[in-house]
Amino acid sequence: MFQHDRLNNEITLFQKIKNLDYILLISVILLSVLSVFVMYSTDGGEILFHTKNHFVKLAVFFPLMIFVAFFNIKFWHNFSYIIYFIVILLLIYVSFFGLKSSGSKRWMDLYLFVLQPSELMKVAIIMCLAKYFHRIKIENVNSFTSITIVLSIIIIPIIFVISQPDLGTSILIALSGLIILWLGGMKIKYFIYSFITFLISLPFIISFLKPYQKLRILTFLDPDRDPLGAGYQIIQSKIAIGSGGLNGKGFLKGTQSYLDFLPEKHTDFIFTLFSEEFGFIGSVGLLILYSIIIFRILRIGAISRSNFARLFCFGYAFAIFIYIVVNLSMVLGLLPIVGSPLPIMSYGGSSMLATMIGFGIVLSAKINHKQMIA
Amino acid sequence: MIKSNSGIRKTDVINRRMFIIGAAKVVVFVGIVARLFSLQINENKKYLTLSDKNRIREWKLPPTRGNIVDYFGNVIAGNLKVYQLHIIPEQVENFNYLLVRLKNLLNLSDKRIARINKLKAELKPWDSIIVSENLSWSQFVKINNYLYDLVGVKPVMTISRNYPFNDVYTHVLGYVSQPNEQEILENETIQERFVPGMKIGKLGLEKRLENHLIGTNAIQRYEVNAYGKRINQLEHQKGEQGSKIRLTVDTEIQKACGELLNEKAGSISVMDIYTGDIIAMYSSPSYNPNLFLFGISQDEWQLIRNNPLKPLINKTLSGLYSPGSTIKPIVALSALENKVIDTKFKVKCTGKMELYGQTFHCWKEKGHGWVSLKNAMKQSCDTYFYEVARLLGVDRLNITAEKFGLGKKVLGDYFDNEKKGLFPNTKWKKNNLGKGWVLGETLITGIGQGYIQSTPLQLCMMTAQIANGGFAVKPKIIVDSNPISYEDAKQSMESGLLFDTNSEELLDKKLFKNQKNIKIVQEAMFASTNERFGTSYKSRIDDPKYQFAGKTGTAQVKRISKRERELDLELEQIPYKDRDHALYVAYGPYVNPRYALSIIVEHGGSGSKAAAPIAKKLFKLIIDRHDLRNKQSNFERITV
Repeated sequence: MFQHDRLNNEITLFQKIKNLDYILLISVILLSVLSVFVMYSTDGGEILFHTKNHFVKLAVFFPLMIFVAFFNIKFWHNFSYIIYFIVILLLIYVSFFGLKSSGSKRWMDLYLFVLQPSELMKVAIIMCLAKYFHRIKIENVNSFTSITIVLSIIIIPIIFVISQPDLGTSILIALSGLIILWLGGMKIKYFIYSFITFLISLPFIISFLKPYQKLRILTFLDPDRDPLGAGYQIIQSKIAIGSGGLNGKGFLKGTQSYLDFLPEKHTDFIFTLFSEEFGFIGSVGLLILYSIIIFRILRIGAISRSNFARLFCFGYAFAIFIYIVVNLSMVLGLLPIVGSPLPIMSYGGSSMLATMIGFGIVLSAKINHKQMIA
Repeated sequence: MIKSNSGIRKTDVINRRMFIIGAAKVVVFVGIVARLFSLQINENKKYLTLSDKNRIREWKLPPTRGNIVDYFGNVIAGNLKVYQLHIIPEQVENFNYLLVRLKNLLNLSDKRIARINKLKAELKPWDSIIVSENLSWSQFVKINNYLYDLVGVKPVMTISRNYPFNDVYTHVLGYVSQPNEQEILENETIQERFVPGMKIGKLGLEKRLENHLIGTNAIQRYEVNAYGKRINQLEHQKGEQGSKIRLTVDTEIQKACGELLNEKAGSISVMDIYTGDIIAMYSSPSYNPNLFLFGISQDEWQLIRNNPLKPLINKTLSGLYSPGSTIKPIVALSALENKVIDTKFKVKCTGKMELYGQTFHCWKEKGHGWVSLKNAMKQSCDTYFYEVARLLGVDRLNITAEKFGLGKKVLGDYFDNEKKGLFPNTKWKKNNLGKGWVLGETLITGIGQGYIQSTPLQLCMMTAQIANGGFAVKPKIIVDSNPISYEDAKQSMESGLLFDTNSEELLDKKLFKNQKNIKIVQEAMFASTNERFGTSYKSRIDDPKYQFAGKTGTAQVKRISKRERELDLELEQIPYKDRDHALYVAYGPYVNPRYALSIIVEHGGSGSKAAAPIAKKLFKLIIDRHDLRNKQSNFERITV
């Protein structure tokens, strides 16, 4: 075993490159290229601000992903708690000194680009919990102490993110954390109990929501109650997607987006534009591409020797899945509007940074899948 | 080993639970694909329509009104290119500077500037503001010269209504102007085709024929963005000009009427006695309808409104006058028809007639002596007609008068300002004034005074129906789809029946019991104009081509006191308001008559001095144009 360890530790750069998961890599590249074209379309068929910035971010973060991948998975395991704490500190910093924009305080100015720490938390929480469940004995998983610890790990960042306020991201962080709890072997009855408690306390929770959040829920239930106000986004989004048809209106020919009927078309509603221009076929194609990525991540998790890598991969695959589902359900009118980007496709540096780091760790798990972690 | 066991167990738990989640993921993805399918495939049509509704917006352009032409095809209400000045606020660099420049170039008033600023605040920045609706050519050129300095200014050429004969046809055509809210709501066609800047008929035929004249909107389809800004033009659908309307009027005669009544208040109507075509219908004074097109200025409006000769009233249709002696042919006819008198019947005129202690004066103080029908008509002897009326009674007179069109609207519902006048009878007085009829009232009705009120057009029609041998005519001002020719109309009339082109029925048009009686009245009217001592003898034309027969009338506007009667004042000595109205009805040529006319000069004095001479001048022109008119009879068919 010792020998084996040593062997793994001494993987050469050439072997590392060779051991990368090329299907995942190609899928991510395809997605990236696609996202640049879609961004080009949101700029009205010109290389403007969004296209340029999106491309630059890809050009920086894609190599960063490879860089992350070349660190041993053991390294990421070792630094998981520290990374989690650093991100918590960033969240605290933001809650005091963050940049304010349209009523919320989520960003910090890093001179070169503006960072949203809550996005990083989406990955950090998976790392942190994966390490915790990797280290804890299966028998102790359901002990009072461990439940208290893992719930604290989830709740502390959520408090900060909710107070920004940013409901969408906090829900995604919560779901990413809960999935690790589930995978780690927490009793099913706990999930059932808390789900029932959640349902019962739902009216109570709703009364705590901010007026605009309540409005979003009402609008979701009946978008036509205020078609030019609160319901405008979802109605226009459905019109754009529905009018795309089987083949779509064609690249750069999406009238809904071109004529500015689509709100937030660069970020949360990017899929709407894509679907309008590329139709049902394009949309299903995009879903298949995402599915391949998720499947590859799951596969890497399945071949990983360490439970840390396994938990991280499974958790991260689920997180990506949740991001996609929440975003698509929102633009398709299946869920109320909560701010949540579509991985890689949406404009936004922090989201892309977090996603790429996540992919990097997954690739590191692939390169070092035989690595055991004590 | 325990640790390793625990590790394996943990891995199993993770894998098992991952599998459950994996299955759930597939289900969720399938759900999303199903949703996509339902939106993009099942409901694609619905959303495509909604998307087009979003992006395509139609702009209606003002429709082009149909032309109105006279009988000879001369345009009397047409369209003219006008030059306008628009500002597009979003293109303007310095709005205040631009306004100062325009103010100097176009002499805009401060009020106008304030209005532009108000519009700018109300409209979207890409909507154009109309600075001036009607630039003169020199202003247009000036603007074009300085265009480099006037960023955001757009000179525009558009089409506007135009009345080339200015005031000649005002009371017939009316005019167009911007509609008010109520006018838009009342007319569905206007409502449907309305666009800002569009003008509608406010009066006269322009109003009555609105739905025919209006035309259809040209439509421009634009792709717009979410804020309503036009991005590009998709298509242009041409509008259709409104229907062309041909009237029966003759511009030359209409113009002559205007000249003859220059600076007088009054009215002239000329009618074809067989077809009922109105050849001319002029109310004086008139005003220029072109003034209303772009909003009349307060000063000009006050000038028209306060003119004591009342140009705003269409005297031909809404002016109500006592017919005076012009009623005498009808009184005579009625008496003959009812066999109350015959041609040998004579009355001795002593200058006045006493009845129940009341004195009824003849206009000739010395009296006419013994007069028969012919002489009484010729010299317009009032005493004779007092006696005839007394014998006839007002009710029998009323029947004849109404048959000949008095007390009824002549043009039906074509002009909503037309009045129906009044021809009294005993029942009318009882019902409306609640008093019994007094015989004295019969006497003054016999000379066209008292309750009796008629419009100039009614008198014209009355004369036409005597002239054509006593047949009913249907007066019209629009050439309809099946114009009946003069010859056909005459022939069918003389056979006693008139083919009504609208109801396609043969109608009995005879207004008499014995046509000989009409002939007697005609001869009496001829004598009145063409024999010595006739009241309009001085206005006669001897040439049989133009020779006409007529009857003068002088309508009192107030009771003449005994003192005034003794004074026998000259016209100039009487205040304008108290002077008599001068009337004249006539038809000609006497042999084979074709046209009837009626002339009223308000406060003109006596009919023989003020009205009959106008007829003399007019008849020459009317009859000279007869051949021209015949040649034009069927050149174009227009459906109205």
